Formats: sequence, C-alpha cells, structure tokens
Amino acid sequence: MPEQLQIERPQADRQQSDRAQSDRAMIEIRDVTRSYGAFKALDDASLTIREGEFFSLLGPSGCGKTTLLRMIAGFDNPTSGSIAVGGQPMEGIPANRRPTNMVFQSYAIFPHLNVEQNVAYGLKRLKLQGGEEKRRVEEALAQVSLTGLGKRLATELSGGQRQRVALARALVMRPKVLLLDEPLSALDKKLREQMQVELRRLQQAVGITFVLVTHDQYEALAMSDRIAVMFGGKIAQVASPKEIYQRPVNRQVADFLGGMNFIKAEIVEENGASLTVDTLGFGRVKTDKPKAFVRNGGAATLGIRPERLRVLWDNATAKFEVAGTVVERHYFGEITHLIVEIPGLEKPLSVTETNDFGADDIPVGTPIRLAYDPEALVAMGD
Amino acid sequence: MTAAAEGSPPLRMTRARRNALLQSEPVQGFALISPTFLYALILLVLPILVVIAHSFWTQHYLTIDRTFTLENYRVALTEPIYRDLLWRSLYISLTVSLFTVILAYPIAYFISFHGGRHKSLWLFLITIPFWTSYLLRVMSWKVILGYNGVLNSGLMGLGIIDEPSTALLYNSSAVIITLTHAWAAFAILPIFVSLEKVDRTLVEAATDLGDGPLRSFLRVTLPLSAPGVISAALIVMIPTVGDYVTPKLVGGKDGVMIANAIQAQFGKAANWPLGAALSVTTMLIVTLMAGATVLIIRALQRLAR
Repeated sequence: MPEQLQIERPQADRQQSDRAQSDRAMIEIRDVTRSYGAFKALDDASLTIREGEFFSLLGPSGCGKTTLLRMIAGFDNPTSGSIAVGGQPMEGIPANRRPTNMVFQSYAIFPHLNVEQNVAYGLKRLKLQGGEEKRRVEEALAQVSLTGLGKRLATELSGGQRQRVALARALVMRPKVLLLDEPLSALDKKLREQMQVELRRLQQAVGITFVLVTHDQYEALAMSDRIAVMFGGKIAQVASPKEIYQRPVNRQVADFLGGMNFIKAEIVEENGASLTVDTLGFGRVKTDKPKAFVRNGGAATLGIRPERLRVLWDNATAKFEVAGTVVERHYFGEITHLIVEIPGLEKPLSVTETNDFGADDIPVGTPIRLAYDPEALVAMGD
Repeated sequence: MTAAAEGSPPLRMTRARRNALLQSEPVQGFALISPTFLYALILLVLPILVVIAHSFWTQHYLTIDRTFTLENYRVALTEPIYRDLLWRSLYISLTVSLFTVILAYPIAYFISFHGGRHKSLWLFLITIPFWTSYLLRVMSWKVILGYNGVLNSGLMGLGIIDEPSTALLYNSSAVIITLTHAWAAFAILPIFVSLEKVDRTLVEAATDLGDGPLRSFLRVTLPLSAPGVISAALIVMIPTVGDYVTPKLVGGKDGVMIANAIQAQFGKAANWPLGAALSVTTMLIVTLMAGATVLIIRALQRLAR
C-alpha cells in the first residue's frame, strides 16, 4: 500500500528569508537626487534597507541603480538629499572610511598580487596581531570555497574564481553592508545560477546586509528579501519578490518582470480596498485596489501572468474560464507558449503551459478554453 | 596558360608550393621586417663588428697592426683618466635618468588621470620643444646658466647673490640639468602609456578597501606603472651615457664625459683601436647597468606589496 504523502501547504505570506531579520534600518536614503547638468541620473529617491537584508536594485541600464550603489559606497555624492549607513550620516565621509565594501562588476582583482594578497589587501592597514590576518584570510577563502588557492596569481583564475576572490576580499573586511555591482553578469548561465544559490546561502550565513544591483529580474527574484524596481532615475516599487511579481504597481514594472497580459477594463465600482471592473473577455471582476491607484476617468488596466492561465482539456471545467482560439505556438523545451485569441480582447493572450499534458502538440487554429483564478487578475496604474 | 599548366603537373606543384610559401605566416613576417632588418644589419651590426675588430688591433701612426692584442682594454680599464670619465658618465646618466623619471612621473600622472578630454592636446604640447633643434635647446640653457645669464642676473636683481656665480655653467651639474630637460618627453610618454593601462576600477577597489589617495597610489598605481618607469629610465639612461654634444657645449672641463674621449681618439688623437676599446667597454657597462636597473626596480616593486 503506497504511503500517503502529507504535504503541508505553505503559508501564503511566508517571508522568503529563512533567517529572522531585524526591522532596524541599515541604510536610509532620503530624497536623493543626482544630476549631471540637466540630466537626472537619480530623481528624488527615498529608500530604507533593513539590517541583515538581501536587497536588490533592479532596473534596465541607465535607470540609476548603479549611481545609487556608488553613492552608498562613496564613489559619487548626491546633488541633494542624504544617505545614512548604520544610523550614521555619510555626507563628507570618503569611500575609504565607510562601513561598506564593494564587489565590482569587473571584480577589480589586483593583477600584481596573488589570491591571498588580494584578500589581505584591506587588512594590511589594520596591522592585526599574532596571525589574526592570516586566520581571517583563510576563513574568507573558505567561505567562498577557495581554500588552497591562496598562492595563485590573479591572472591564473577563471571568471568564477575571480568573482569569489572579489567576494572574499570584501567579506574579510566584515563590512556593515556589502555592495554588489552586477556581480554575476560576466558569468555563463550555468555558473550564474549556481552562484545565485551560493550568494544567497553566504548572505544567510554571514548575516551582513547585501545590496545587489542587477538588470536580471530572475536573479533579483531568486536571491532577494526585497527588491526596488527602478526606471528613469525613479524608484517605481519596493516590495518582496513575490509581491513585485504578483502585484506590480504599474505596467512598466509588470513588463520588466516577465510576461504580462494587459486587459482593458471599465470601472464599475471603486471603494477603499477593492475595485470592481467590467472587461470584455473576463466579464465583471472584483480585485484588490493597488495602494498607489489613481483613477484616470472610467478606465483601468488589469494584468494576468501567462502562467496563471491554464489550458482546460477535453470536458474539464472550471469556475472561471475564457474561450478562444490558438493562433501561435512556441516551443521552449519544458514549457510551451501559446498565443490565444479571445473574442472581444484587442490583444491575444499569451499562455504558458508546462509540457506534461501535451500543450506542445496543440495545433494552431484549435478552439481552446482557459481556466483562471480571479485573484490572479491584478489592477494596476498605467 | 591554364591549359599549359594543367598539362605539366610538376610546374603546377611548384606554383602551389610557391603560393603556400607566400601565404605562410613566418615568410610574410620576414618579408615585412626585412627592410628594417637589412637597414639595421648594414648600418648597425656591421659598424659594431668593425669597432669590435678594431678594439683588438694596434695603431702605428698611419697604419693599423692587425695582430690580436688586449692592450687597448688594459689602457681603457686601468688608465685613471678613462676610468674617471667612465664613472662620471655613469654617474651623470644615472642621476639624469633618476631626475627625469621623478620629474616626468607627475606630469604623466596628471595627463593620464586628470587630462580629461584634452589628453592628446597635453601630449602634443609636450612635443613642442622638439620643434627646435637639439643644439638650440642646449644653447638656451647656456643663456640661462651663463655668467651673464638669466639665472645669475635674476638672482642678483633679487639681491640673493652679489656677483654672478660661476658654479652654474661648465660643470657636470650643468650637463645634468640640460640632459634632464632634454629627455623629459621621452620619459613622460612611456610612463603615460603604462598609467593609461592601469584599470581605474583597481584604484577604486583599493579606496573601497580603506586606502587613502596616497596609499592606493603607492600600493596599486605605482606598482602597476612600473613597466613604464623601467622603460623611461632605460630610454634616458642608455643614450645619455654616450652623449657627447651636451658635455661639449655646457660641460666645460669638469663635465667631460666618456663619449668626448672616444671622439678624441677617433679624431685628433687618431688612435682608433683605443677609441674602439673604450666604446666596447662603455657598451658592456651600459648593458650591465641597464640590466641592474631592471632588477632593482622589480625588487622595489616586490617590496611595495
């Protein structure tokens, strides 16, 4: 008799972090603007990063995320506004006296020094007593699994190893905040995914606040406790990965974090927390009203992620379903993207279906029914 | 023609072989360097061989005795006058290269790190002195350092000295000052090039790890620009040992260098073999000194870690 497996359903709002974080602020960014002439690289950004948090700054290139990181490190200064680290205002404090350390995008390994000397670089100045320096270097090398490679020259290392050296060199300083400037972008896909897991594990182990800059949404989603999504020098949304992905505040954020089907809607009723709208394809829908919702006449936009639409096979039925026709099919190995035309919708829906039930065999032109959960339909500002 | 070629396989094979030969990389390489190589062979290697040959012969008034002898080297190495001249030449060239590098480094650093968009303009300005003849530049130092020169009248005008100093011109210091100025650009350029290659992120990384501006310079920028410093030092040192125009014009009798003695042996004294032996000796010593300089700078670089 097969044993019945008991799977506990996870709590809906379980935090991604497995280690308890404090609610104390580590970095406080208040109304920071950085202008280059008329161009504003960062426009009135405010942000609080908590102690022990893995925080990501996510956005396309030129959105100001690197500028913000460099201002926390002290390589750049705000035109106006203030930055505090560990409760201490950073104004006038040069980069070399800040309690932050950085992992550079190019790793910036000193080519004239070997691995050990690179890692010990910042410790030399501290003049540690009785083998303490050596002990800390070995500990840092062990943390990044580079034990035994101390005597290697920087030029003899692979990309992944160089990255680990850069990480060890910063961690050995025991900073309050570790800043990571697109640290994984130079690695190939497989190594990058492996390093994502390792970085997350390392952060949990050392408990230091990590601030990561990335343009890769999967990287941010996979590693962070919280994410700030940035566009054009402004912070669009700060929330947990799940919240950002499931409840984006606007179309831009929704678009940047994977695919999203946008559906035009007509507002029927608006009250404190909820919004009732009429759509052509999905009928009348009642959803949560986003915090920053600004009514723009009677129109609104609903969004639904492609994987939240499920193909209904044969005679299966669901409480909520829409009917349409497959117009395109794209095969991606483990999943298939179907483009489904729904009568009444101006744009066909994109549907992601895993390939375990034969979604990869649905011929173009097939009439199809899709099931959805009305909770997956989210209202957002434009 | 093709038909003829097809009809005779051996010819086709030679042609194919010739094409392969023309397309091979070593052959193309040799072809590219051959003009320079021949030029160097005829105008550099052959004369040096002639000089080396002469250094083992003996001058008999107008004829040359071609029996092998080491007498010239004995004279070159043991006669106090030549020994002194050689030491002085080495001292002057070492001092000149030291001063030149020390003065050139900040200029190169400024252009590389703070030159902004005007880097090429700065480099262009540095070459301006070369638009005039070397002799004119040496002469202008005579005007500055001379008995009634700019420096003396200036110091007298300020009341710092009562009568013109004769210590400025016609001695080895005058040679050092003139040569340091003359070779500055040759030192600035290699140092500039090596500073340009220093990744600026490395300096940022050093700052991030706690170094102030001076420390990050000493621990990162300076060691990484060492190749430029080495080549600058060598570029200045090697030719200045054998300089002969500068000491002749501003050196007086205290500033005479080995090259002046060599010139005298080939000229007025008409003792080519001794002149040749002096040349070869100088050449060997310069080689040793250059090698030693490279080793010393490398050792310093290692110490800086």
